[in-house]
Amino acid sequence: MADQLLQFVLSGLTTGSIYALVALGFCIIHNATGIVNFTQVDFITLGGMVMYTLFRQVGVQQWIAFPLAVAAVGVVGAMVQRLAIRPARSKEVIHLIFITIGISIVLRGGIKQIWGKASMALPPLSGEEPLRFLGATVLPQSIWIFLISLAVVVALHLFFTRTTTGKAMRATASNPRAASLMGIDSNKMVMVSFLLSGAIGAVAGILIVPITTLAYDVGIMIGLKGFAGAILGGYGSFFGAIVGGLCLGVLESLGAGIVSSDYKDAIAFVILIMVLFFKPSGILGKGESTRV
Amino acid sequence: MARRIQLMILGLVALLVAAIPLMVTNPYYLNVLNIVGLNSLIVVGLNLLIGYAGQISLGHAAFYGLGAYTSGILTVTYGWSPWLALGASLLFSGIVAYIVGRPTLKLKGHYLVMATLGFNVVLNIVMVRWEEMTGGPSGLAGIPPLRIFSFSFDTDLKNYYLIWFFALAAVGASINLVDSRVGRALKAIHGSELAANTLGVNTSLYKAVVFVISAVTASLAGSLYAHYLGFISPRTFDIFFSIELVTMVIVGGMGNLWGNIFGAAFLTPLPQVLHFLEEYKDIVYGAILALMLMFVPEGIGGVISKAYTRRKMRNLLSEET
Repeated sequence: MADQLLQFVLSGLTTGSIYALVALGFCIIHNATGIVNFTQVDFITLGGMVMYTLFRQVGVQQWIAFPLAVAAVGVVGAMVQRLAIRPARSKEVIHLIFITIGISIVLRGGIKQIWGKASMALPPLSGEEPLRFLGATVLPQSIWIFLISLAVVVALHLFFTRTTTGKAMRATASNPRAASLMGIDSNKMVMVSFLLSGAIGAVAGILIVPITTLAYDVGIMIGLKGFAGAILGGYGSFFGAIVGGLCLGVLESLGAGIVSSDYKDAIAFVILIMVLFFKPSGILGKGESTRV
Repeated sequence: MARRIQLMILGLVALLVAAIPLMVTNPYYLNVLNIVGLNSLIVVGLNLLIGYAGQISLGHAAFYGLGAYTSGILTVTYGWSPWLALGASLLFSGIVAYIVGRPTLKLKGHYLVMATLGFNVVLNIVMVRWEEMTGGPSGLAGIPPLRIFSFSFDTDLKNYYLIWFFALAAVGASINLVDSRVGRALKAIHGSELAANTLGVNTSLYKAVVFVISAVTASLAGSLYAHYLGFISPRTFDIFFSIELVTMVIVGGMGNLWGNIFGAAFLTPLPQVLHFLEEYKDIVYGAILALMLMFVPEGIGGVISKAYTRRKMRNLLSEET
């Protein structure tokens, strides 16, 4: 039983890392604009798809295709902001959210058009031979997922604390008006946040696809669960997104293993509703969401 | 607009709706009009929530489904009479909506979006997985039509009048609600929640009440849908339909009752109209949605009422000179 529990926790941490990455993508754009960006869902799919094309069809080596695909989706993210969010006449949050929903439908239609409806597969980054760890087994891909997710988190932390652009983005997030008076181009900062979350979404997609499969709508469930993870940790907080994503992955895996795998996809959202019910500011929130 | 004008428009629209079947006899078009009617019914409720409580729900397809499945299961499996089942499903949906909405509506921000979205995903999975109760992915068939004594609503035409009766009744109720005590409280909340609170309006309770009203309206549409088509399956009630419903409100114009119905009439048949585009259908649909929101954020209704006001102003000015 203990072995089995460890197994559930390990596989939960694997998917949890992916949820954490997706949650970070949601957070970055939320902090920059206050909106929920639903195209995040398609960034995940797109990452896997571009990787598939570069690796399988063009024949680029895996470790070169990876960063290229990430960069490409980052550019798509920036274009979404430049072509759809910036020209929007209304700056009301609800309008902007539904613009991202419209663009998400367009992106999904485009993906379906280019790559078709059939499921595809990507090989893991290295070896398929599972490793043994305290009586449980771990796929090498899971190790890659932990390591690369960790690297992304560290890189993001350094970006936001050490670089001028990162600091300018934080300034814009905390007070856009004051930031623009200091000469920060807030439009550009928002564009960078879309670029970043596109790139992070792509990383999540490329990493998870060898474990699941690749199809034009693969990002929807992963994306929505990442969103649930972001809420679980306390929406808007980076640390919360990471902890929330990991917790969600582990709880989901335990729930599916112990309760019922039939309802696996429901578990994440039941947890989300419970959190909103009992502690809406998230497990790490300090009650910041003011009651009115 | 004043209530009197609104009610006059309602009368005209009712006449138009009553006359349409004299011209349209093709059962396929009648079917589309019936779905437009059901969507209008849901959207009228959703408009109250979005337009007056300033909250968005991405779970109204779930309440639509809750109504449909409760009605379907009670009549098919338990042999209840359709009207009794309809009443029970309204009550049930109302209670569920209160439980989902009350805690999140105490909070500032768009927490209701997440709660309703999660609720929709969970309910949809239950519909698919709980096969012995819901019929699973293949759906639930053999739902009897509604009847009044020996008159049975068993054709497209009869259902047309039944559905549009409820849709327009909801419009009438909504017009009256806006001018009532509750309506004024809602308007105050929309203007400034803090101010409304200070003046003694229990804002979070009122918001929960509006949410329950809108969920019950969606549930009513769901029951009508189930008894009309006799067959329901989970795919009708997924989150994508919830998104479509909110889109109808936004494209029609938030807080603009007639605009919303126009939005429902415009967006419901759009996928069918775009069918000739075949594989490009989704791209064009999404692009229309995004472009409208980018460049006409006030919605179709907003544009029309702005043009109306402008003309009235011009007439007033020319009278003075």
